[in-house]
Amino acid sequence: MAHAYTPGLRVARRAHLSRERTLPLKGDVLVKVGDTVRSEDVVARTELPGPVTILNVVNQLGIEPREIDDYMLVKEGETFDKGQPLAENKPLFGLSFLKTVIKAPIEGVVENVSDITGQVVLREPPQPVEVFAYFDGRVTAVLPEEGVQIETVATFVQGIFGIGGETWGDLKVTVEGPDRALTADKLKPEHRGKILIGGCHFTRDAFDKAREIGVAGVVVGGFHDQDVREILGYDLGVAITGHEEVGLTLVMTEGFGSIPMAPKTFSLLQERDGARAALSGATQIRAGVIRPEIIIPYPQDRWEAEADDVRESAQAVREGDHIRVIREPYFGKLGTVKKLTPALERVECETKVRVLEVAFEDGSTATVPRANIERIED
Amino acid sequence: MNQQTRVAPENIRIIIATDCGSTTTKCILIEKKDEGFRQTFRGEAPTTVEAPFEDVTKGVLNSIQEVEELSGRTILDEHGKLIYPSEGETGVDIYISTSSAGGGLQMMVAGVVASMTGESAQRAALGAGAIVMDVLASNDGRLPHQRIDRIRRLRPDMILLTGGVDGGTVSHVVEMSELISAADPKPRLGITYQLPVIYAGNVDAREKVTETLGDKMALTMTENTRPTLERENLMPARAKIQDLFEEHVMAQAPGYDKLMDWVDAPIMPTPAAMGLIMQTIARKKDMNVIGVDIGGATTDVFSDFKVEGQRIFNRSVSANLGMSYSVSNVMAEAGFANVMRWVPFDVKEQWLRNQIKNKMIRPTTIPQALSSLVIEHGLAREALRMAFGQHKSLAVGLKGIQQERGISDTFTQLATGESFIKMMDLDLLVGSGGVLSHAPRRNQAMLMMLDAFLPEAFTILAVDSIFMMPHLGVLSQVHEEAATQVFDRDCMIYLGSAVVPAGVARPGDRVCTYKFKWPDGSTDEGELNMGELKLFPKLAVGEVAEAEINPTRAFDCGQGRGRTAKAHVHGGVVGVVLDGRGRPIQLAQDHGERRNQLLSWFKAMDVYPDLSHINVIAEGSPSGE
Repeated sequence: MAHAYTPGLRVARRAHLSRERTLPLKGDVLVKVGDTVRSEDVVARTELPGPVTILNVVNQLGIEPREIDDYMLVKEGETFDKGQPLAENKPLFGLSFLKTVIKAPIEGVVENVSDITGQVVLREPPQPVEVFAYFDGRVTAVLPEEGVQIETVATFVQGIFGIGGETWGDLKVTVEGPDRALTADKLKPEHRGKILIGGCHFTRDAFDKAREIGVAGVVVGGFHDQDVREILGYDLGVAITGHEEVGLTLVMTEGFGSIPMAPKTFSLLQERDGARAALSGATQIRAGVIRPEIIIPYPQDRWEAEADDVRESAQAVREGDHIRVIREPYFGKLGTVKKLTPALERVECETKVRVLEVAFEDGSTATVPRANIERIED
Repeated sequence: MNQQTRVAPENIRIIIATDCGSTTTKCILIEKKDEGFRQTFRGEAPTTVEAPFEDVTKGVLNSIQEVEELSGRTILDEHGKLIYPSEGETGVDIYISTSSAGGGLQMMVAGVVASMTGESAQRAALGAGAIVMDVLASNDGRLPHQRIDRIRRLRPDMILLTGGVDGGTVSHVVEMSELISAADPKPRLGITYQLPVIYAGNVDAREKVTETLGDKMALTMTENTRPTLERENLMPARAKIQDLFEEHVMAQAPGYDKLMDWVDAPIMPTPAAMGLIMQTIARKKDMNVIGVDIGGATTDVFSDFKVEGQRIFNRSVSANLGMSYSVSNVMAEAGFANVMRWVPFDVKEQWLRNQIKNKMIRPTTIPQALSSLVIEHGLAREALRMAFGQHKSLAVGLKGIQQERGISDTFTQLATGESFIKMMDLDLLVGSGGVLSHAPRRNQAMLMMLDAFLPEAFTILAVDSIFMMPHLGVLSQVHEEAATQVFDRDCMIYLGSAVVPAGVARPGDRVCTYKFKWPDGSTDEGELNMGELKLFPKLAVGEVAEAEINPTRAFDCGQGRGRTAKAHVHGGVVGVVLDGRGRPIQLAQDHGERRNQLLSWFKAMDVYPDLSHINVIAEGSPSGE
């Protein structure tokens, strides 16, 4: 086998991006094709069915389920206010002290009256749900009642792992190089609402300070798992994130620990310093992978001139490619593929695997399993 | 199941089979040789369900291409299509596949009483190869709105609704269906199709369930999983789940529509195929069998035990115990100390946490450094131990039933709800999955299984040579002869036998005296002391030796405490292991002592190259050397 396939992440100076922004349920689309939208614009809105409360009416009234309809004051499909009588019994001779009235514990609508179980399903008023544009762009399609498709041309960087949801703000590079850590002393009050770019690491005290200042998000090479655990208050067992509410969105581009950001990623982000960006920490590593991302749109008048991104294809690794090792003992080191050996070779732990020879930036070389590298786009 | 193949079974000569796992897609080539069917080449490639590919067939083609490169056979034409039928060095006669990609089949089940119909529903779903996300029951202690919220949030691929024996409660079953209706859950994949719901409860409630759910869900009826309290009838529900899996769920996953067109037999969930193989082994050999498949995302445990003359098959799945996607959860559930008790050098917690998370986010990486392999094996022991614990709690007798007990049953009959799994009665323990099948030394797989499952008395251990049991499970449906031949010749690797007196004593105290009579007439005899592990590598695959164990009063080797046990022990690529470490294994509390214990066991079993030079692993000293 002359090539290896690696889980490459996309890093592009200019990428055509198109995203569907849809509602979880059918609703109203508020924009039309051709509209220019900004991150914070609401593009679609709907109402989620409210929470359900179940009342066992027959038990409370001491009647049989099949009789329930005769005792309901509010029928299926009708609305009611909190405290309004929903059902009552008919006491003998109209004796009021024998009368039981069931009052509505909530405001809502009667969804279902069951003559089998004697239960009544009450649903609270719907809750509004809004979908934001998320990034600056143009509406290219409307999916009736569902949402829209928004397109932009942007610098696009996929991270490897993140926490926190969608946010947006102006980009601010805070370190001198990709191998420098973002520490607390580099954070200033004017960083409020911004998306900060760090280098190899984001320290725990810097995280606390950023949260205090009100930083919108941080993009950095690495972050300690121990710190993630302390911030969340639990150990992340399964990699499904995006709903954490920790005060800011954090995206790691390289992995856990202290790892210099890939030079290309850093220089791209540096080029766009000060531009408006959108950031999402949502990560899902199994079942329909979602990667965290930073999207830095170009102004619309520069779209045509700027859009020269090529769609990614299978990431075949070849001799001369720039790669990063993604497992110890060379974890995080950058280098160039010197030779792809076709035959299986025995590595230190005695496993026989397909390997490649890599020349590191410091001039040293090593043999590494092909499974343990990822290609870095030039 | 469709068993029509495009080439007549008697003409089948070349078989290609894939398993689309959550991390990698594995492809094997089976060829008919003079001696019969043999597995000849194997390829693998990352599974491509995720972006940028979002098409499972890409990974399938990559893995097939690797087999082409290795075997020299042309299998795909210039358009990437399989060539049929085989002719010389070109083409194949049949293609089959299993799949657990995309998180497998995720289900919710509902019953009336959690420990009765709820448990039967759970066993039905697990047996069909599903991951059970939650069990809803009328008595599960949750309020209706909490159950509704749960159904909505989990977004299962399918729901199995059971409850009530035939002629029993109707209202409780209808109540559960009303909850499902109120929740109106949306399927995980594809928003346009209706969520499949299988009703397998009280037949008297069918009409009312249809009234409640018929319009909103894709409702299917099948026989009751618990027609009476004393009888479980899981097969109709299991069959229905598997039908709907292909029809509804797989069809929504990226690229599966194409894959479904390519295969000659329906795509089976990997665990269902694996279960088929385990059952076949147990029944053919008339043995009590435990099998395990430890994957990247999940760990499945299977057991087939003879209980009171009846064979009982169970499968459990630990959805978040695995060696790549779920490795971080193994650490979270087991805890740092439990993982590290199997590692004979110091590892700084921060370093290990970062490395484990890095494996989770880049699941296809493999250990290169020896220290990484040892740590990975420590994690595997914990994943296996926890998964087996979950299995034991599920493989139990029917609860809440009345048993008639005669004098003869006094000592034999199981109490209701008691686990079927008795380690003394276990005959064969089979391991599968990357970390066991691909361990650089088979001795490593054997010790991992001994440490995690703690077999007692006399047990044969085996592994799946290169992870091909699921493939053979499907193949057995369309070409049993080929499946059986490959299974015997190329799939099962017998590691050997474990001889384990169960009990505990002080370190150094005598556990037993032993005598082995080997096939060549020679003998080995001696004393085994507490804390010792001995390996006799001289018994090869297919060979049988006679063993006589005389345990001391604190130990039992199958015949009762202090009573002599005689048995035949079977050979394998590792040999016969005499385990005097106690049950449970007595690991020293003191760190230094424990380190010495582990190093002596590893040496006795010839598990790793010398590890004594590795002292501390932390940031900045990644390999520790």
